[in-house]
Amino acid sequence: MARSVKSSCSETDWSAKIVLVRDKRDEAAFADLFAHFAPRIKGFLIKSGTSHTLAEECAQETLVTLWNKAHLFDPTRASAATWIFTIARNKKIDAFRKSARPEPEDLPWGPEPEPEQADALVLQQETQKLAQAIADLPEKQRDIVHKAYFGELSHAELAEKTGLPLGTIKSRIRLALGRLRQTLSE
Amino acid sequence: MTVKHVLNDQLAMGYAAGVLPEAFDLVVAAHLSLSDESRALVNSYEAVGACVMEECDSVEMSNTALSAALNRIKSADTVTPKAKPTGVLPAPIQKYVGGDVDQVKWKPLGGGVKQAILPTDGTAQARLLFIPAGQSVPDHGHRGTELTLVLQGSFSDEVDNFARGDIEIANEDLDHQPVASMDADCICIAATDAPLRFNSLIPRLLQPFFKI
Repeated sequence: MARSVKSSCSETDWSAKIVLVRDKRDEAAFADLFAHFAPRIKGFLIKSGTSHTLAEECAQETLVTLWNKAHLFDPTRASAATWIFTIARNKKIDAFRKSARPEPEDLPWGPEPEPEQADALVLQQETQKLAQAIADLPEKQRDIVHKAYFGELSHAELAEKTGLPLGTIKSRIRLALGRLRQTLSE
Repeated sequence: MTVKHVLNDQLAMGYAAGVLPEAFDLVVAAHLSLSDESRALVNSYEAVGACVMEECDSVEMSNTALSAALNRIKSADTVTPKAKPTGVLPAPIQKYVGGDVDQVKWKPLGGGVKQAILPTDGTAQARLLFIPAGQSVPDHGHRGTELTLVLQGSFSDEVDNFARGDIEIANEDLDHQPVASMDADCICIAATDAPLRFNSLIPRLLQPFFKI
């Protein structure tokens, strides 16, 4: 019996909330994002071996960064949850290192109201498929995937061992790549 | 930009999960600045990370957390988008160097080959390498993993030819002697998580002095 995805990976409105923060500096949308994501970030960081205090700080930092960097959010390139995950991951690493985590150059992007809706929807559906595929993994394999992201596997143990649904990931990759090429050639 | 040699799943996932040593993060971030294909791969493993985060049990935030965050955003300055840097070194490397190639503090290694070690935490080490056109770096093997990203010119070794944006992922099975192509001086960034294993006596003796 398939497990259901208990996540906001499968909902569309979180991206729209970040777009409200991005375009309208909407504090109510920010509060909704905070209420949903901060406790999940905190839970994830505690699972990754962070103390409660540091997890709470990083979760708050993540949401403040979301506000400050909202102009870099493009819902056609990353779902809300994915974008927030990358910020939280960086906060955790920055807390342990002397210098900020190396990040790739920002991609250029311009407002394009019409195609954004449709592209964001396709990405959302693809992300939902991915979430379902991970939820459908046998318990043992799903556990290994989780461990990889909690930092419990060495980088030599990654990928080969995890038994991730590679077909689903490959289709997500093709979508992301098509989107990048489109943006960069504009 | 189309780059021929891209990341493997293992490194993409490691970068997405945030479990690589800093020196590897740096080389991967620089490579992602030059390769769409690798960026798409990493984005997808980040989407997996988001699903893992969403599946974790929530842990309640303190009562004052939201109001503290609201106070902070009201007083925060908005971050202005950075202009895309121009030059040989991608932005993540420029941060470590404090500028482009003209700011690199090279140390000679002999034969016109130069290197500059970049300050990173942790077990792996990152360095910029300058190899004059037509020159080679000493024949070596690896105890761990060596990532080499080409930033200018190109080099060839036993595996293939590598040009700007290409990343070579070498492990214990590979003994190689990279040779810069004749047409341009080659600049690379390399990261190793264990000291290199040189195949001739002289570089082996010099190894402790040059930290390679």
